[in-house]
Amino acid sequence: MITMENVCKSYKVAKRNAGFGEACKALFRREYEVIHALNKLSFTIQDGEMVGYIGPNGAGKSSTIKILSGILTPDSGTCVIDGRIPWKNRTEHVRHIGVVFGQRSQLWWDIPVIDSFELLKEIYSISTPQYNNKLEELTQLLQLQEILKTPTRQLSLGQRMRCEVAASLLHEPKLLFLDEPTIGLDAVSKLAVRDFIRKINREHKTTVILTTHDMQDIEVIAERVILIGRGQILLDGTLDALRHAALNTEDGTAEEQINLDRVVADLYRKLNIL
Amino acid sequence: MNIRKSIALYTRYASVCVKSVMQYKLSFLLMLIGRVILSFNEFIAIKFLFSGFVEIRGYSYGDVLLCFSIIQISFTLAELFGNGFKVFSSMVKRGEFDRILLRPCSPILQIIGTRFEIGRTGPMITAAVTLVIGMRTGNVAWDAGAVFTLVLMIAGGTLLFIGLFLLGASFCFFSIEDTSIINVLTYGAKSHGKYPIDIYGKGIMRFCTYIIPYTLIQYYPLQYLLGRTTQWRFALYPMGIVVFLALCYVVWRIGVRNYKSCGA
Repeated sequence: MITMENVCKSYKVAKRNAGFGEACKALFRREYEVIHALNKLSFTIQDGEMVGYIGPNGAGKSSTIKILSGILTPDSGTCVIDGRIPWKNRTEHVRHIGVVFGQRSQLWWDIPVIDSFELLKEIYSISTPQYNNKLEELTQLLQLQEILKTPTRQLSLGQRMRCEVAASLLHEPKLLFLDEPTIGLDAVSKLAVRDFIRKINREHKTTVILTTHDMQDIEVIAERVILIGRGQILLDGTLDALRHAALNTEDGTAEEQINLDRVVADLYRKLNIL
Repeated sequence: MNIRKSIALYTRYASVCVKSVMQYKLSFLLMLIGRVILSFNEFIAIKFLFSGFVEIRGYSYGDVLLCFSIIQISFTLAELFGNGFKVFSSMVKRGEFDRILLRPCSPILQIIGTRFEIGRTGPMITAAVTLVIGMRTGNVAWDAGAVFTLVLMIAGGTLLFIGLFLLGASFCFFSIEDTSIINVLTYGAKSHGKYPIDIYGKGIMRFCTYIIPYTLIQYYPLQYLLGRTTQWRFALYPMGIVVFLALCYVVWRIGVRNYKSCGA
């Protein structure tokens, strides 16, 4: 179970105007702007839930994920995941989570995928029988047989993403973070990844937290949607609740709302968080 | 994570690095040869210098070659094992450090493990050649004590350079983009360190003792090695580098904490 209470996080960002003169000035005296990335954020997520975490760029999504995964320490507030405080018990905590960054690879570029997996086995100290079982399961579900022996650099994006997802699940994490897992994928790969995520959630009760800008991801995967804007939670409910909230805008007509992207865009505008 | 496991994991990382490099054999060979030639050039420079002089401040050609080879070996070993620290700023920029923090093992182990570069061992060839010449022509009586001193000097030197690389890596946490300062200290020391430090005069000596403790791994044990002093404790001075390394590690820890609180 994940509980976050009143978590705040602000960054100091150096600010200067354009131009050479300004750049020189900045060398000596810097002006800082404080950005409140998270402002009293609170939510609870039960085991086995699949949560879509959405919001416009810069809303605080990655800050939240970083705090939940233990690589960022918040300024104030508490966060407990299965009894662990992520940033305090980081080494212990990360054993139980898996993270997929759609934009970044965790596989070794020049060696076959299977070698990367073997390295992960070592890193997470997975026992050989457990590793073999898991590998077999993942290979079957994600259809990796053909590509395991190929170096990562020769994989297509879709193939690579399937391997990325598998890599983050080898140590059987209870909690899986997916950061834009379908970005840039073709339709077939997208469907495969989505299907797979639903399957592992059903079979292993893995908690899934998904951040994405692809509303179809949300529609297919997430049972619950948390909408964040300017560091605060603005909506927390089912996708239908989200649709309803958007319907109440003055300019939206019922037909337009069929398009989910439209729904979300309207919501962002209505909540004035862009 | 215990030591045995850490070493096993490090070996694993290193073998993956070697495998990766072997995917580009030509580029690996070029790097190796390039580095041999570079270091050999430095050796030639010393040789030419000594075609005009017999000695510099009482140090003979053989003595200088000894210094040269010791610093070469130290630096090469440090680059081999500590290369990850050298390229750390690019790892941070690409978000690789986030990924490292997501793994349940020591960040330092991962940083140096993932950037093990076997191609950097090229200068070892030059170092070996000059070491042999230095041992034959220098003013050293090669008994057990002398060999022990030599090994300590190399070990201390390696740790010193690794400490400097670690210090340089820590700088990225404090939003210092430029690592020239550290390069001055590392590459500067590498090129000046081929001569005994006392030939540069008192000021440099002080700097190299109290700011960056180069004299601990070079000047003092060298005096003992060359039989210029009978004080055997000089031979143990390289052990002092451990303190320096510990200080660098403290800076690193502060940096990591800073990273976790501001996300760099």
